[in-house]
Amino acid sequence: MSASTVTTAAPRPAYRVTGRRVVRSEWSKFRSLRSSWITLGVAVLFLVVIGSVAAALYSPDGPLGGKDADSGAALTLALAGTNLAALAVGALGVLLSAGEYGTGMVRSTFAAVPGRLPVLWAKCAVYGPVAFVASTLGALLSFLFGSAALHGERIALSLGDAGVLRCLLGAGLYLGLVGVYGVTVGLLVRSTAGGIAILAGAVLVLPGLTGLLPSSLGDTVSRYLPSNAGQSVMTLHASGGSLVGPGAGMTALLVWAVLLLAGAACRLRRSDV
Amino acid sequence: MIEVRGLTKRYGDRTAVDGLSFTAPPGQVTGFLGPNGAGKSTTMRMIVGLDTPTSGTALVNGKPYARHRAPLQELGVLLEARAVHPGRSALNHLMALAYTHGVPRRRVEEVIDLAGLHGVAHKRVGAFSLGMGQRLGIAAALLGDPAVVMLDEPVNGLDPEGVRWVRELLRGLAAEGRTVMLSSHLMSEMAQTADRLVVVGRGRLLAETTVDALVERSEDKGVRVATGEPARLRSLLAGPGVTVTSTGAERLVVSGLDTRRIGEVAAEHRVPLYELAAESVSLEEAFMQLTQDAVEYHSIDAGRAA
Repeated sequence: MSASTVTTAAPRPAYRVTGRRVVRSEWSKFRSLRSSWITLGVAVLFLVVIGSVAAALYSPDGPLGGKDADSGAALTLALAGTNLAALAVGALGVLLSAGEYGTGMVRSTFAAVPGRLPVLWAKCAVYGPVAFVASTLGALLSFLFGSAALHGERIALSLGDAGVLRCLLGAGLYLGLVGVYGVTVGLLVRSTAGGIAILAGAVLVLPGLTGLLPSSLGDTVSRYLPSNAGQSVMTLHASGGSLVGPGAGMTALLVWAVLLLAGAACRLRRSDV
Repeated sequence: MIEVRGLTKRYGDRTAVDGLSFTAPPGQVTGFLGPNGAGKSTTMRMIVGLDTPTSGTALVNGKPYARHRAPLQELGVLLEARAVHPGRSALNHLMALAYTHGVPRRRVEEVIDLAGLHGVAHKRVGAFSLGMGQRLGIAAALLGDPAVVMLDEPVNGLDPEGVRWVRELLRGLAAEGRTVMLSSHLMSEMAQTADRLVVVGRGRLLAETTVDALVERSEDKGVRVATGEPARLRSLLAGPGVTVTSTGAERLVVSGLDTRRIGEVAAEHRVPLYELAAESVSLEEAFMQLTQDAVEYHSIDAGRAA
């Protein structure tokens, strides 16, 4: 008990909230929930299983085969699970932010960090890289398994081929950013179910809806939607006009992130908890 | 020290807190008392910056809570609603809060022991009883060794032993010179814990007083007298500001005179008294008197809304 006597007798410790400490706190929050690891695991599993199965089922007579087969077909197959992985990664992002409103944890969080914005930055700084690393790993594994299955096929690619690493990293970056989108959407709508629905709609449904716009406008909008911009950073050779180049795609993804972050920041500053 | 000045919170056309001003000084337990829906929780949320006031200010140790470099060291709060993720263990919950301030793990373990949670520190909070949840909330409030402790309904869901623990803890914290503020809608609880009272109703300040003063201030209920000659005593006591009512063959209730004066009058005129006692007002009754209007307003309001 001498320790506690010393504590009370000593001058008060110099506690202080810093950005780094808030990141540390968010990392500990992420780490200490089972649902984080399960959902992240599901995302990686989607990437690896769907990608490997797609490659294993590949036949030269199928839609991706033939004489004029796209030279990036092996990557298309390896990354076939990206959309589903995006759902899982995005949903986890929503859980990490909107989930706090559901449980009430947000009151503890913002009582500890009443400036609020550091929490937003910290959540993204923790989860973005985590989602990026896990997704890149998943994409890499999927590609390697797929390569084994495609061995000897005309479309087979190896890691060393030009652009392959860029595409795999691109998939990881895209999914990392989808994680950030999830966090921001969750803070904007403050409801787990609502946030996941919006995210799923934006990833899966929205690209189809651009067909309702006049075709020239619709095509332009469609190219810059997160899912299509994401496709462009992980596609080896953008064929036809449906995708922009990888640089433009990455820029579009970042612009979306900045817009969503700004929106979430405004909402955090202005609204009561 | 908590200083609230002209604090107002409106939600649309509903005013939850209406120009509230009060002070919770250090070294004392300030009871924040009012019926349900009086605006206590909203006020507490504004003090810690979770809600932004429509107007007015709330200062914690001289500054708005959010301006402090280490807010948890200035004020520790327990809010009424649960503020914990059920999937996290008690230890991990407290660690997550501790990390934001650089509070060492040693201190986290200290508050876990203090709250009597060492046996369940690694259990998921979702499995906690209401009382254990309250203990965890109180542990979180004490985490930063704060100069001000503000607890919303801290004894909710606690067993008698827990209630006593909270009471002694809060008295102890105040004795160390800290500011302690706790809310309750139970006057009896306050009477045993608080030195000062801030009574609110309909979001307005009804009284800022001490427990003793509140009882004194409340309308006195009169003096119960039993005598063999009620008619004669009646006429002897009659005077301006004095009302005497008969409650039985030999029984009177006198208001406007104290027991001493009635006894003197009776002795002077040789009227035998069998009973002479002041009807004391309980703290509970004093509180009810004070908040009556506020409560009535709310039940009518709820009826309209339904």
